[in-house]
Amino acid sequence: MDVAIIGIGIHPFGRTDGVTGLEQGVFAARQALKDAGLNWQDMQFAYGGSAAAEKADTMVSKLGLTGLQFINVANGCATGGSALQSAYMAIQSGMFDVGMAVGFDKHPRGAFTVDPEGSGLGKWYGDVGMALTPQFFGMKIQRYMHEYGISEDTLTRVAVKNYKNGAMNPNAWRKNAFSYEEVAESPMVCHPLRKYMFCSPAEGGCAMILCRADKAKQFTSNPVFLKAAVVRTRNFGSFEVFTQGQALDRADAPTVQASRAAFEMAGVGPEDIDVAQLQDTESGAEIMHMSENGFCADGDQEKWLAEGWTEIDGKLPVNTDGGCLANGEPIGASGLRQVYEIALQLRGEAGKRQVPNQPKTGYTHVYGAPGLSGVTILSR
Amino acid sequence: MATSIADQVPIAEGLFTWPSNDPRLLGSRCTNCGVVTFPAQSSCAACAGTDTETMELERKGTLWTYTIQCFLPNRPPYEGPETPETFRPFGVGYVELPGQTRVETRIKCDDPDSLRVGMEMELVVEKFIEKDGKDIISYFFQPVEAA
Ligand SMILES: [Zn+2]
Repeated sequence: MDVAIIGIGIHPFGRTDGVTGLEQGVFAARQALKDAGLNWQDMQFAYGGSAAAEKADTMVSKLGLTGLQFINVANGCATGGSALQSAYMAIQSGMFDVGMAVGFDKHPRGAFTVDPEGSGLGKWYGDVGMALTPQFFGMKIQRYMHEYGISEDTLTRVAVKNYKNGAMNPNAWRKNAFSYEEVAESPMVCHPLRKYMFCSPAEGGCAMILCRADKAKQFTSNPVFLKAAVVRTRNFGSFEVFTQGQALDRADAPTVQASRAAFEMAGVGPEDIDVAQLQDTESGAEIMHMSENGFCADGDQEKWLAEGWTEIDGKLPVNTDGGCLANGEPIGASGLRQVYEIALQLRGEAGKRQVPNQPKTGYTHVYGAPGLSGVTILSR
Repeated sequence: MATSIADQVPIAEGLFTWPSNDPRLLGSRCTNCGVVTFPAQSSCAACAGTDTETMELERKGTLWTYTIQCFLPNRPPYEGPETPETFRPFGVGYVELPGQTRVETRIKCDDPDSLRVGMEMELVVEKFIEKDGKDIISYFFQPVEAA
């Protein structure tokens, strides 16, 4: 059973004072319904998630108490992506014809807070100053740069590109295109990563209406088909955040596993992808994820960025909406935002940041704590 | 300043041998597949086995990767002694202990900019902070030439 996306909705990302996370989710849900030409009463089910804001299922008190099956999803940084994957399975199973995946969040300002004891790490770990996610990102890309000859120049180029794309996205948080110098000279946070190479926790909401592919044309003339939706978690030996003792033998990252499974499910390969959204928690993540998702060999990113191959007019545009760097990261909505952008691009509705030559196939990838990854492949 | 060993308390039980003149980090080895982990665990994440034995880890290894923490971490949870005025960036990294595991550690080094992947490192167990009249003892690694 193929699955189609027939409606998409988004609440602008960033900071929206006076509007709760849940209200941002409701806004996105209503937009998605309008886009599909459907009413809330038509939804047979919904999967929703939020990490720091209200429980997603309480949206029904605003959207309407229709008795539908509403299931809350909580899956770390892949919460939004997991809501979508669950909705995909619900339709694929044949149990439902049409439903919604929705996510929203509203994180407090500042870095994500970590509770070492609640995460099974021991109180000492926080006491000594190691329970900080930016350290992991710094250490992972430091090793990668050492092994594959990636330069700080390439880290800077990723950030400059994503802010440039964000400046063309009316729903992005950061709409100022930082110059190369502004990024390269911003304060060091966790070596080799600087302030403007990191995304920040933020707010936002995003929703999709999904239906059986064979019914999609009843609702819309421009459906986008979900060819694969996969979530994978870490294997023993992959290098993940908050690993106090790391195995000597490296295993493939969860992204590698999710990516391979998604390509197999969709029956396409990396060379078939026309536009991609790859998790860019910081610049280094986008670089490593280019190869973990199979788009280039380790080390080739140096050339890819220098040649501009991931720019909007390049051979594989990456993070055309500005990615996490320009949008911030509301965990519940982040994975869905990526799919929203790909759907816009495939529908040819991305405005100033539209990828040329009518892209046919797109790819999304979300990654985060505690070591999980969600990939989707979409086509029109 | 605490002076006797009775006034010195390890930051966590079972993390390293203490009291000791030659303290070692404590890990565990799976009796089924032989994989070594740090800190010691009662089950094995590699093979799902549930039989492990505690072991002392090597004192020396090489720096596998590192970062430099350039801002004062939030309190809680951080308990380090610095103030915003006295804070100096510090190193954090993974030290590969030959044939065993890679241990995540704070790095004791006056000039973190001098850190390099592949450097030889050695274990130091010493005072981290003073709390309620006692020295809280933790573990660090430092470049060997700094000894
Ligand atoms: Zn084992």
